[in-house]
Amino acid sequence: MTATNVNLIGLTREVYKGLPTTLCAGCGHNSITNHLIKALYEYGVAPHMLAKMSGIGCSSKTPAYFVEQAHGFNGVHGRMPSAATGAKVANRDLIVLGISGDGDTASIGLGQYVHMLRRNVDLTYIVENNGVYGLTKGQFSATADTGSKQKNGAVNEYATIDVCGLAVELGATFVARSFSGDGKQLVPLLEAALSHRGTAVLDIVSPCVTFNDHVGSTKSYSYVKEHGFLLHTPDFIRGSEEIVVDYEPGAVQDIEFEDGSHIVLRKLEREYDVTDRIGALRTIGETRARGELVTGLLYVDTGVPDLCEREHLPKTPLAQLKEEELRIGRDDWAKLMAV
Amino acid sequence: MQHRAVNDFTIRVATVNGSGSQSSNLVLTNAIFRLGIPVAPKNVFPSNIEGLPTWFDVRVSAKGYQCRTREVDILVALNAATWRTDIASIKPGGVVIHEAAYPVAGETLRDDITYYAVPFNELAKAHIESGALRKYLLNMIYVGVVATLLDIDAPTIEAAIGTQFRSKPAAVATNMQAVVLGMDYAREHLTKRDPYRLEPMSGKTDGTLFMDGNRAAALGCVMGGCTVAAWYPITPSSSLCESFIALADRYRTDPATGERRAAIIQAEDELAAIGMVLGATWAGARAMTSTSGPGISLMAEYVGYGYYAELPAVIFDVQRAGPSTGLPTRTMQGDVAFAYTLSHGDTKHIVLLPATVREAYDCAMDAFDLADRFQTPVFVLSDLDLGMNAWMTQPLPYPEKPFDRGKVLGAEDLNKVQSWGRYRDIDHDGIAYRTLPGTNHPNAGFFTRGTGHDEEARYSELPDVWLRNLDRLVRKHDTARTYVPAPVVEESGQSAGIIAYGTTHHAVLEARDILHEKGIDVDYLRLRALPFSAELASFIARHERVYVIEQNRDGQLYGILRQELPTHLLAKLHSVRHYNGVPIDAYAVVDPLLAAERAPAVAAE
Repeated sequence: MTATNVNLIGLTREVYKGLPTTLCAGCGHNSITNHLIKALYEYGVAPHMLAKMSGIGCSSKTPAYFVEQAHGFNGVHGRMPSAATGAKVANRDLIVLGISGDGDTASIGLGQYVHMLRRNVDLTYIVENNGVYGLTKGQFSATADTGSKQKNGAVNEYATIDVCGLAVELGATFVARSFSGDGKQLVPLLEAALSHRGTAVLDIVSPCVTFNDHVGSTKSYSYVKEHGFLLHTPDFIRGSEEIVVDYEPGAVQDIEFEDGSHIVLRKLEREYDVTDRIGALRTIGETRARGELVTGLLYVDTGVPDLCEREHLPKTPLAQLKEEELRIGRDDWAKLMAV
Repeated sequence: MQHRAVNDFTIRVATVNGSGSQSSNLVLTNAIFRLGIPVAPKNVFPSNIEGLPTWFDVRVSAKGYQCRTREVDILVALNAATWRTDIASIKPGGVVIHEAAYPVAGETLRDDITYYAVPFNELAKAHIESGALRKYLLNMIYVGVVATLLDIDAPTIEAAIGTQFRSKPAAVATNMQAVVLGMDYAREHLTKRDPYRLEPMSGKTDGTLFMDGNRAAALGCVMGGCTVAAWYPITPSSSLCESFIALADRYRTDPATGERRAAIIQAEDELAAIGMVLGATWAGARAMTSTSGPGISLMAEYVGYGYYAELPAVIFDVQRAGPSTGLPTRTMQGDVAFAYTLSHGDTKHIVLLPATVREAYDCAMDAFDLADRFQTPVFVLSDLDLGMNAWMTQPLPYPEKPFDRGKVLGAEDLNKVQSWGRYRDIDHDGIAYRTLPGTNHPNAGFFTRGTGHDEEARYSELPDVWLRNLDRLVRKHDTARTYVPAPVVEESGQSAGIIAYGTTHHAVLEARDILHEKGIDVDYLRLRALPFSAELASFIARHERVYVIEQNRDGQLYGILRQELPTHLLAKLHSVRHYNGVPIDAYAVVDPLLAAERAPAVAAE
């Protein structure tokens, strides 16, 4: 085998594939799966260390479609964040990848989503966001934009929940939005999310070709193409790879992650600073008001302790500790039980 | 008529909560214990922080009975708001020690009890300078009065105060001064006119200590290797997880690095708490959550997942009175039926039923082994009475057994097998082999799911596959019958028997003695776990009448027995229930059994 068809840890791209999809032909989620396979392959994730976790819904079936060798956990509806939190503290060496949808995250699972962000659990959390319930045939989810139309013509009268705005507001440390059809943007963002220590949220608008790809939808292919608002073009540079390209000063923003990797953002919006929390909130709000879909890395804050650090967990995963490391010693026990 | 009442009576202290009376009550308890006399404290407290009535019963029992008594011998009345009703609770011939300012006239004037009026408030105002401390120390004055009336000497009280204020020795002298105030007042102003006395004993309390069930369970978690705890605070279970935190801080923390070998997460709700537990056990840790009934309601969804996807979990349910918010600070065995089948669909769980502090400890350790062995959620059903009251207990033994991590295949194991499937029943005991995330082998991974799955953990909707899986889970449940703690049987060939579980045990112990004195002997099977072992049915078969005694309205265990036992045994079963929120007493057992057992004798004549 030549070096050209294996990744950093010597595995072929084939290893990163999963079972054939059972989702509809043309579903945005399938594109995301393909971009994920590319990102995990390029990043060089060891399959046995990958924990693929999800809740319930079309999105949550996705973990079956990539890295078949990895362990998967398809939990209950809206409750993947808690299971992911438990898995991460039990074995902090695992690379936890959570895949959720808009119903799973913003409706039934909003509580767990919010508290996962508060705790800064070290995982990558993907929202495959199509604004509808696909598996139950087309009802609105809480991310449907106000005024957007269902396939049957019903109009959403209620306020939308912006999972990115909410995340930034809550102090999330990595918040990005992308589009299932934009692999050029999505793959570097996915790799950056894997490098980030803490919760990395990726809200990926992913059209539902069956129930939400019509005129009046704000999550259709055509709507996103017409109203997309790109902040920058990202490049991901893994670990010790040298950054060779020269950029015009002010034209790029370079963010370094804990593991030495970088994301280099070639700015399309000159004034946008991904480390400015208030600026991120303003941009999210303003673009939404204009009916635009802002994509790119919206906000990042590296160096914030994650849950395992805040819990002062040992380097050895808790799951691997033995009796002698866990039980109270005999002398201490005798003192505890002294009459 | 005055009989001597030595070492066998109940003192009830009626106070306002938030007044610090708990310390005084525990000092009195400890002082009596120091005289070698068995004692059982019961705290009957409100769901409130400050200002509502609270009662603390100290049962003194030479025979060592630890259940509540229905009747009060000695009342210490320090709550004006409940004065009228409290005084009615004293049994004829009893005693009241009350604040002198309370009116004794009309309904509070009884001619069948002895009154000792003590000007507690005046004494406190005159002798305790600190206004901030006065409220608390006033309660210590009552301890001095009671000590004098019952013959407890000052050094014994002082030693008890030393135990109570172990962590703040400076408080000992201040509290002792208040006790002496009460002792002096009683000596100078009160003449003993009642039959109640304490006489030091030996042999009954030697080698015992006081502990509550929640702490014992927390110790079991530490010794059972629990490394992940996720919880949402709820009375009466909070002190279980808080004890675990304190123990982990003390015994699991590396002093050099500050690293703690436990992750303890206060979850946003019980939905998340159980999710964290299942995520943690899936990743290979031993994990628990502690809660009470309302939390169990919220956990139903993920517990069903744990059952069907087959993930270990240990769930402590320190039961309180329900339904709904119910009585948060009162006790009940109310979750037995719910926990046993928690979830939609067909489910049956392993449920452990500790009766004592020792069993709270043992069950905690057993629960982690059973959860790993059977790859399923295991409930430990304690209750408020066991969890939050202090009980006399022998010191807890050091565990000698290693953990039983069950059927887990590592990378080397996988190298040795041709193929592997997550839900294959290789050993015909219903328990399949699992692997953990992070196992470095290409065949280790599989998809854990709550949806229909075949032996290889692949999604399947095929009728035969679904059926096979559900039937294997029954096989697994049947295997558990021989693994769970066996019933404890005390039998001497009687025609009638009792089945009870959990803290009801303590009332049954005393009730059987009382019934014996009245010429009625009953055999006894104490159930310690679900599912039932074969011994249960054979015990029922050997008896003509079997009384199922429990602390809930609907006879929940009785219902499970009726559902699971052979039809020919069912007519033998009689349900006896106690469900007023306070712990069951002996007469809740004696009275119905007397009525029922005397009837067959009459019929025979």
